[in-house]
Amino acid sequence: MGLSNEQLERYSRHIILSQVGGKGQQKILNGKVLIIGTGGLGAPAAMYLAAAGVGTIGLVDYDTVDLSNLQRQIIHQTQDVGKAKIISGQETIAAMNPDVTVHTYDEMVAAANIKDIINDQDYDFIIDGTDNFPAKFLINDACVLLQKPFSHAGIIRFEGQTMTYVPGQGPCYRCVFKEPPPKDAVPTCRQAGVLGVMGGVIGTLQATEALKYILGVGELLTGYLLTYNALTMNFRKVKLPHQKDCAICGEHPTITELTDYEQPTCNLKNKKG
Amino acid sequence: MKVTVNGQTLELEKPVNIEELLVLAKAEQPEYVTVQKNDEFIKREDFAITTVADGDNIEFLYFMGGGAAWD
Repeated sequence: MGLSNEQLERYSRHIILSQVGGKGQQKILNGKVLIIGTGGLGAPAAMYLAAAGVGTIGLVDYDTVDLSNLQRQIIHQTQDVGKAKIISGQETIAAMNPDVTVHTYDEMVAAANIKDIINDQDYDFIIDGTDNFPAKFLINDACVLLQKPFSHAGIIRFEGQTMTYVPGQGPCYRCVFKEPPPKDAVPTCRQAGVLGVMGGVIGTLQATEALKYILGVGELLTGYLLTYNALTMNFRKVKLPHQKDCAICGEHPTITELTDYEQPTCNLKNKKG
Repeated sequence: MKVTVNGQTLELEKPVNIEELLVLAKAEQPEYVTVQKNDEFIKREDFAITTVADGDNIEFLYFMGGGAAWD
């Protein structure tokens, strides 16, 4: 199926790129990306992927928009406070680009549902935009077991990090960080604060990795942890070796099915993103 | 002797092990830091017996959450 005249115009700045062209734009339109968490990282990632024309975008979140989210979660606007984040996100994307179909998952990822969510649309690439470590390890483990590529990222204060896992092509998150830190041992943005733009910088890098993966161009952040410090303006790529004894992607994995780590105290009545 | 820690040069008066370096280099929450020496991960149980030599490149890798706060 070819591109319509409107699509040729909408995506003209992509199509003119030798690494994209009409064929590449068609790949993007056929692309399916799942974004877990529509917060500081997921919001900009979802918006840029939607603008780029990723034809199928999945949004996973169970939270509602809070006034304190708006300093960085740019997919949600003032009038969305109180609305489910996935609905707010879906509405923003619909207004941005009619080429995108959004699938929403009104739940928190857990061992019991994450494989079904990923398999629901057989997503090509997964973006981890979550805050807590049980979810980050769960996403890693699910992606390793299902052999799906994903982008990890984290932001706090003036710092961010991101890495990309592609099955068989480098280390997974667990190769670097063996297991989740104890509950409340490592501060979250809510506890420590975060400069709003950090999600924009790092979430947009995650979107970039998703597009490069779909297009099959360039070098992904596989085997590297990219760290960014906004105060010093240092971007650093730290080389990461694959761990042969990794508990999930190593030669003799000891983790062969998903389990839920202790979730942070789930105060569902007073959630603040 | 000079070592590089997260891209910054650090002058050391005497050889130290990783455990001591975590203190000297003021690592945040050293109990949860992943440490690499010259592109290889150092196991936590080996921190005390792994010495740092002149010219070594050390990386402290920190847990970073962020994104959607699901807590």
